[in-house]
Amino acid sequence: MHELAIAEDIVDLVCDRADGRPVRRVTVRIGKLTAVVPQAMLFCFDLATEGTVAEGARLEIEERAGVARCRSCGALVELPDPILLCPCGSADLDVTAGRELQVVSMEVG
Amino acid sequence: MCATCGCGHAHDHVEITLEQKVLAKNDELAAANRALLEGRGISTINLMSSPGSGKTTLLERTISEIGDRPVAVVEGDQETRIDAERIRRTGCPVVQVNTGAGCHLDAAMLRDAVDRLAPGRGTLLFVENVGNLVCPALFDLGERGRVVVISVTEGTDKPLKYPYMFAAADLVVVNKVDLLPYVDFDLEACRSHVASVNPKAEVLALSATKGENLDAWYAWLAG
Repeated sequence: MHELAIAEDIVDLVCDRADGRPVRRVTVRIGKLTAVVPQAMLFCFDLATEGTVAEGARLEIEERAGVARCRSCGALVELPDPILLCPCGSADLDVTAGRELQVVSMEVG
Repeated sequence: MCATCGCGHAHDHVEITLEQKVLAKNDELAAANRALLEGRGISTINLMSSPGSGKTTLLERTISEIGDRPVAVVEGDQETRIDAERIRRTGCPVVQVNTGAGCHLDAAMLRDAVDRLAPGRGTLLFVENVGNLVCPALFDLGERGRVVVISVTEGTDKPLKYPYMFAAADLVVVNKVDLLPYVDFDLEACRSHVASVNPKAEVLALSATKGENLDAWYAWLAG
């Protein structure tokens, strides 16, 4: 359950920046090529915020699709999972999106 | 009352833009580990696999055959010192990290272990991660190389089932090849599965117990 360690990282980061103010909402961006499951993240976020200024905050998750450029045929390919394969048969892909794991913003006060 | 949404709170809500990487703290610690270890000429290899692939056996054999190069080991498991005891019996310096409920090692744990081990200049430092093909893939430790070990008793399709882990590997070791006559494992198909999630990863088929193809493993470690 690495989502718990990641949720704790998020909560540390937002609590630092909140500077004592109550946190109402946190928005994170999770790429589909990271091994982070949004449902598990929602569950872990509630656990990780307990007893902090972010307790009760709402977690919003922006999911980002996996996208890669094929180095063989030049096509832009959407990747549903980390298996790098272009419909042209090439596995030589340059991933351009889907590996995001970021805290985008938060609402405090 | 809040002027933004009328929610009843005394102060206005404030939107704060962060745009920061999650795991930035781990990544910073990993970068510090990398600088520290490389500065001391220590080559750090992170071994990851599911439980029972033969990581500890591979390490025991490697320690006994690697010759003059100093070796040290960080053992990660949820509980017990069993693996550390196995390594200690080879005469190699070892520290055990028990993660408790945790499913992976992180950069802070490695730093703590390195401080306890104090490996000398030029040491080959192995980190045996917690047996788990999911979580350790996300946590940079500051290692030089990442090795994923699978064994022929596990099934040919492992790289497809756990693509995040295999995507993170520099080298995939296929262990227990001495058992190939007795199991339904297709080595060539496994190689192509690895290539489909990670075209850059090398694949080495070997047997840690029988000593098969270990020269290639030692050559990779020396590289």
